[in-house]
Parts: sequence; structure tokens; C-alpha cells
Amino acid sequence: MTSKKLSDEKPVGVIGAGNFGSAVANLLAVHRNVLLYARDEKTIERILSKRENRGHKMKKNITPVNDLEQLARECDVIFPIVPSAHFRSMMRKLSPHLHPYHILIHGTKGFDITLPKGQTIETIAKLNRTHVKTMSEVIREESVAVRVGCLAGPNLSKELAAKHPAATVVASHFNEVISLGKRLLRNDRFQVYGNNDLTGVELAGVLKNIIAIASGALTGMGYGENARGLLISRGIVEMIYLGRALGGNTKAFLGLAGVGDLVTTCSSSLSRNFQVGYKLAQGMTLQEILDSMDEVAEGVNTVRIARKCADYYGVRAPITTTLYKVLFEDLTVKQALQYLMRYPLNVDIDFLD
Amino acid sequence: MEVLEKKNKNKRYKPILDGIPDWPVYQLSRNRKEFIEEVAQKSFERILQLRPTRKQLLDELQTTVYREQQRMKRNRWRVDPKDEPRFWAQIKESVNALSARADDNSGEEKELLKQIVTRYANEIAGNFKPSSYKLAREITTFWFNRLLNAARVKKFGAIFRSQYTLRDKIQIVGKVKQLRRLARRGTIVMVPTHFSNLDSVLIGWVIHALGLPAFIYGAGLNLFNIKIFAYFMNSLGAYKVDRRKKNLPYLETLKTYSTLAIQKGAHSLFFPGGTRSRSGAIEKSLKLGLLSTCIEAQRNLYLETPPDEEPRKIFVVPVTLNYHFVLEAPDLIEEYLTVKGQDRYLPEQDKYGSFQLIRFLIKFFSKGSNISVSIGKALDVMGNYVDDEGNSIDNQGRLINTRDYFISNGHITIDKQREDEYTRMLGQRIVAEYHRINRVFASHLVAFVAFELWQKKHPKLDLFGLLKLPEEDLVLEYAEFRKACKRVRKHIYRLKEEGKINHATHLKGKIDLVIRHGMENVGIFHLKRPLLFNKEGNIITQDLSLLYYYHNRLTGYDLEKII
Repeated sequence: MTSKKLSDEKPVGVIGAGNFGSAVANLLAVHRNVLLYARDEKTIERILSKRENRGHKMKKNITPVNDLEQLARECDVIFPIVPSAHFRSMMRKLSPHLHPYHILIHGTKGFDITLPKGQTIETIAKLNRTHVKTMSEVIREESVAVRVGCLAGPNLSKELAAKHPAATVVASHFNEVISLGKRLLRNDRFQVYGNNDLTGVELAGVLKNIIAIASGALTGMGYGENARGLLISRGIVEMIYLGRALGGNTKAFLGLAGVGDLVTTCSSSLSRNFQVGYKLAQGMTLQEILDSMDEVAEGVNTVRIARKCADYYGVRAPITTTLYKVLFEDLTVKQALQYLMRYPLNVDIDFLD
Repeated sequence: MEVLEKKNKNKRYKPILDGIPDWPVYQLSRNRKEFIEEVAQKSFERILQLRPTRKQLLDELQTTVYREQQRMKRNRWRVDPKDEPRFWAQIKESVNALSARADDNSGEEKELLKQIVTRYANEIAGNFKPSSYKLAREITTFWFNRLLNAARVKKFGAIFRSQYTLRDKIQIVGKVKQLRRLARRGTIVMVPTHFSNLDSVLIGWVIHALGLPAFIYGAGLNLFNIKIFAYFMNSLGAYKVDRRKKNLPYLETLKTYSTLAIQKGAHSLFFPGGTRSRSGAIEKSLKLGLLSTCIEAQRNLYLETPPDEEPRKIFVVPVTLNYHFVLEAPDLIEEYLTVKGQDRYLPEQDKYGSFQLIRFLIKFFSKGSNISVSIGKALDVMGNYVDDEGNSIDNQGRLINTRDYFISNGHITIDKQREDEYTRMLGQRIVAEYHRINRVFASHLVAFVAFELWQKKHPKLDLFGLLKLPEEDLVLEYAEFRKACKRVRKHIYRLKEEGKINHATHLKGKIDLVIRHGMENVGIFHLKRPLLFNKEGNIITQDLSLLYYYHNRLTGYDLEKII
């Protein structure tokens, strides 16, 4: 391996100038020049003129661009960080410009879903892994890139921007991708861990959003830390069961991307998913909440998908199913809580065999 | 009444290279000595990289000696060289002596390693001889054809006729043209499914019938115990794979042999399933060791070819062999059931000597039991489809440069972990292709349906419980059986339209005839038949385990759900 100075090398690409995308661009800019793709011309202008985006002060060596072809041509390493609902269409636009030497590390914590025409998550008879894909699977399906990884872990964008100590997991089947991720992201305030269970880490990051919404709801009801402790520990069990049914291993859920991220998002009002739950408990409707937010709360869709998958795979997921009723049917948070507290399952740990 | 196979389109193919001297395998054997030396040298270097310190190497040598001596004690074969015990005793002595001298830096341990890998390289190396290749080929074709005619026309005099040829008996379907074309442009690595010891002979014949030059085989050394096989294999360019030897020097030498041969352009063939499928199912996971050599060879070719030249490309061609009947089925399934759930070593037992094989061949030719060979679309070493020119194509139909997979930071790099992962991906692609090109026979259909129906009638029993049921108690009403067969066949048609499976032409037509054809052929020559009609015309079995074996051929398509 040659050890050239990182700054001499090609720039790194980031796709998506949202909150997390901007934070990652800033982390990368410590080591290398960054091309940041934004769909919106105004965003590009704002970054160019004010060096500011969504409350992040953008580093000087970040160049905002509007051209995916240029990004793919100039960068060998690309971090796609766009909401899951747009991920596949973004990949379709990027794909013609990708080659097998490209390395993609995504930072999106949601599912991709492909349904037969005219069907919705609610109307389709069975929902399983042929319909539900993780982002790395979307990358593999839509492009020739094979060296793929993901970022996951407790990474609240605002705290990253404020340079509080934090860490992330880079997961990939390729050690090459992991060590590259470490070299590109690490600094004295930011630690990077590696994991080979790509699917497990992706699932942990996605599923924890369900529990985050539930935690927001508990806080919104005015309950305290006992309740949260209960939710987090039962939540992780539920995540593990769902995660295993969807193709992950238990271990990934016990690390930074699982427990680490779960504890963070369940305790933080900075999390969008937490906000959804919180506002629900305050009596707002789901529509009102979503209208009031400037970015997507991935957890809402994840609840719909996870509930349906739990049916198909025969997994017990009481928190997810009850939360679904609160979000999309007319169960109140209070009723939901009553139901869960009477749920007849009381084995503490049964996933470690 | 017989269900007729569609008029056989198999035609005679002209050889793609004129004379044997042009064949890569011949080039390889002409320089046999140099090639073996090169293999030994490269393996030697690789092992030194893996075990860089003196202590590590000595430990490795000690393990190797121990394992070899255990093997000789427990499991010696007829083909094993006579001087083996002496050789290893001597190595042991030297290793022990060296281990005792802690501060020695004479490098003698490297010398020992060199001796070992040289020995292994010689053991592995095949010996392709044009004269015996031709002879073997003539004998096979001649006698197969004579037997076939005698059997079909049912008159002794017919043994001198040439009305039928092997081509009527063995159907070759699929991407034949592409294969022939690519064999001229690059190096072919053929990877067939493995059900029977007969596979090697069959595939050898197929390669010849397609007009391709001889391939080098990685053939299990156990086959060389059977004299008739040994003769064919040796002359067909086979190299020997000894599955008893799991030590590092052996495995590295074997891989180096394959890598270098592929790199030098020798078309190769190996059964990536490792051994014959015990359960009768299509291989679900492949042995990755030899598979990794395609990827390594391709990477080396990219690495060593000057930038202005286009290196030879390697094409992986999956092939499925489809039988009504597998000679060894009763033993295979018994082994499978004994060790199911336990991952332990299976001793190779070959109860079938030359005599049994000839008897089988006579039966095979005299009855209406056909074999079909499906040639799959060629893949590059990353599992991408290639077009007829050998260009890799992605899902969207765009061109891919295979070289880019080995590039990191603008340069081709050697990254073992990356290539291990690529090998795993290639293995998955090959398995998917097997399922796609698998050709369903009527016999597979009836076996699958009957077994699943019995399973369904005893929902509380697991596999072993079911297999313990007395065969006399198992009867299926014909009407019910017929309905289920029809349903499954319909689903197979649908899967075929989706490109997920293939079926023989005889699967079409009146269902009663198809069932009859299947029943007559499933496991046709076994003493105990897996399926039979009873006097009332209902379905019975004489051997449920065997039925399970033939049933397994259709697992992996989720057909169970529609029974």
C-alpha cells in the first residue's frame, strides 16, 4: 500500500446536503477536499456565498456541486446520504457514471421498498425481504459498485457540528472499505470502529428509529427515566428479533450502531424520530407533525414496514405493532402504554443462545 | 408408451482449434517439468509469506508431518505412492532436529518446505498425452456408440450399426455457441454441478463433442483408485485433488497449480461443490478454494500485462448435469442423513468398481433414460454476464471493465480479503445460475410431489420421523397425486417464464403421460424403486430415503408452498 498524503489525493464525494450530509462533509473535509452534491441550486449558492448550510458552518475545502457525473468522475470514494425514499432514484441517476473501482459508504437509516403496481404497504398481502431492501442492497442492485459500506452509530448532527466527542461504525464486507472509512473520518474528537456485518449494522440503524419514536412518546407523556430504561431494554430485544428475521446477526445490535445509537436517540430531543413521538404524546396528529418538520423522520415509514415484515416472518414485535396503531389508527399513546404494560411476555433476555 | 423428446437438435461441432499442438493443455504438458518447477517455486514463496518466521514455519511443517502420518495410518489408498512413509519419516526427523536447535539460522526449514511443495506439485500435476487422449476418446466414442445401437435396436447385429450416436442420448442445451466463441477469445473455467462419479467422464465427452480442446480437470484423487477412471482421467489432462490432505502446503500448492494453469490459458474445469451432492439437492454453497484461483489468475493477468495490451480474459461457465438416475444415490443419501446437522468429514467410499460402472452403462444405453447437460451463460470472474465478444455487461446493459474491480486509488492492488469476498460473491452467482439453468425432468417432478405430499400428510413429523415410517403404509391416491403434479408443473412453467428455472421438453404434454414417464425413470436402476404404481394404479414407494434424494433436486424454488 502506498502511503501518500491524503490531501494529495482525489476529493471525496458526499451526496445529499441535508443535516447529516453536511456534518459528514465537514468531518471529511478535515482530511481531504470534498465535493458536496445538492439537488437544490439555492443550497449551492448559499454554501458558496455564506459557507453555511442547515446551521452547519461549512469548511472552505467543500465545493458544492449540482452534477452527479462530475462527482463520480472526480471522486473514487462517495458517501451517499439522502433520505431512503429518494435513495433508489438517486442511485439510478448516479449509476451510469459509476465504475467497479468506486467505493460507496452510505449514511441513510431507512428501508427501500419496491411494491407491485397499485399496492401499498398496507394493501399487499405479504411483505418480505424481496420487497424490503437496505441501502447497500439498493446500491448493489442499481450499480456496478461492489465495495460498499455504511455509517451508523450515535451521530447527532448538531453535536458533531459542535465537536463533542463521538464515534461511528463503518460496516462493510471489505476491510479495505473499513480502513478507508477510518482514515477519512477519524479525528481527535471522532472515533471510528469497524464491523463486517454490513446488513446487521444497517438494520440496527434503521430499526432503532422505531424505538426512538416510542421513547419520544414516553417523554411527551411526562414519564421519567425508569420508563425509558424499560423501553430501551425491551426495545433492543425487539430490534434483535426483527433484525435477525431480516438477515442480521445479534452481535451488531449490541454495539455502537445498536445499543449506542438507541440510547442516544431515545434520550435526545435533537432526534427527529424522538420529536415525532414527543409531539404525538402532546396531542398533535401525525400529519401536523410531519408538516412541521423540515427533514424526513425515517422511523415513521420504518414502523409501517417493520410491522408488516414481523407478520410475514412470525416475529413478536409488540412495541412496533402498538406504535403503528398510534401512528396510523386511532389508538392514543396512553392506551398504547396500558396495552404494553399488560403484555404477557416477561422473559428478560432470551436472544443470547 | 414413451413420451418423446423433441427431435434432438444436437449437431456435430467442428473443433475450434485444428491440431492438438495448438491446445493450451498440450502446451502445458509439453513444458510439464518447467511448469511443475514454477508451481513449486510460487507455492514456496506464498507459504513463506504466510509463515514468515522460522518458528511459524517449523510449526506448520510439524503439523503437516503429523497430519500426513495420520492419513497414512488411517486412510491409505491404492494410488498413494509407495515411498510415502519413508519420505515423511525423513521429513519428521529433520523437522525435529531443527526444532531442537533454537538458535539455528541455516534456513534448512525452507529447504524442507521446498521438498514438500515440489513433491506435492508432482503429485498434483496432470499428464496430458495426445496419443492416449486420442485413443481414450476413440474408445469411448466407439464403444458408447456400439453399445447404444445394440441396445436400442435390440439385435446383436446392430452392434455394428451407426444409427444412433451418443448425441441422441445426451442432450446438450444452452449457450453452446457462446462457449465455443469465448473459448477462442479467452480462458474458460467450467464449473458443473456434481452428483455422480460419472460426471467427470460425461463432461469430458461433452467438451469433446462441442469441439473444444481438452480442459484440465481438478479430479478427486479417490477416482484414480478406480482403474478405468484413472486411465481416462490421466489421458484427459486431469490433475489430482486429494481431499484428505488439508495441510497448508498442500492447499497452497494446489491453488497455485490451478491459478498458474488458468493464467497460462489452459481451459479448466472443476466441481465447485467439492464432492458429490450428498442430499441430491443442487449445491447451495460452494468450496471457495479453487474458485478463488480464477479471481487470482485474472488479477495477475491484469497486473502483468503491459498497459497497451489487452490481457486474456477468464470466463466462468456454470453447467448443470441432469439425470433421472444417480448410481450412487442410495449411499449418498445415507451418508447425508447420518451426518445431517453435523459438519464432519465424510470418508470417500467408492463401492462402485469398473464392473459396476460397465453394467450401469449397458443399462443406461438400453433404457430410455436420457441425460441432459445445460450450458449456462458465461460470466466474468466477478459473476457479471458477458456478451459473445467477452465484454462484461451490467444489469442495465452497460459495459463494465473487469479490471476496475482490482483497482484501489487508481492502481491494481493485491488485497486478499477483498478477493476472498469476491470469491464468495462469485460462488453465490454460480449457485443462482445453477438454479436458473437447472433442467427439470418428469422424474424430478414426480419425486418432488410424492415426497411433499407424504410430508404434508404427516405435518407433525420431522424429516427423520417421516423417513422412519414403514413404506407399506405410504400410498397416494393417483387422482390427488395427479392434481398436485399439475399444479407444480404449472408453477414451474411460470418460473421458467421468469427465467428462474428450465425444464426438459418432455415435461410438456398430457400430464398422465408425463407422470408415467417420470415414474418409469425416477431412480430407474435401483434395486428398490423410489416410486412405483401399485395394482390399483396408486403411488407407492419402496425406499423413502431414495425418494427424498430425488425430491431434493427441486428444493430451493419455494415449490413446497404450492403443494
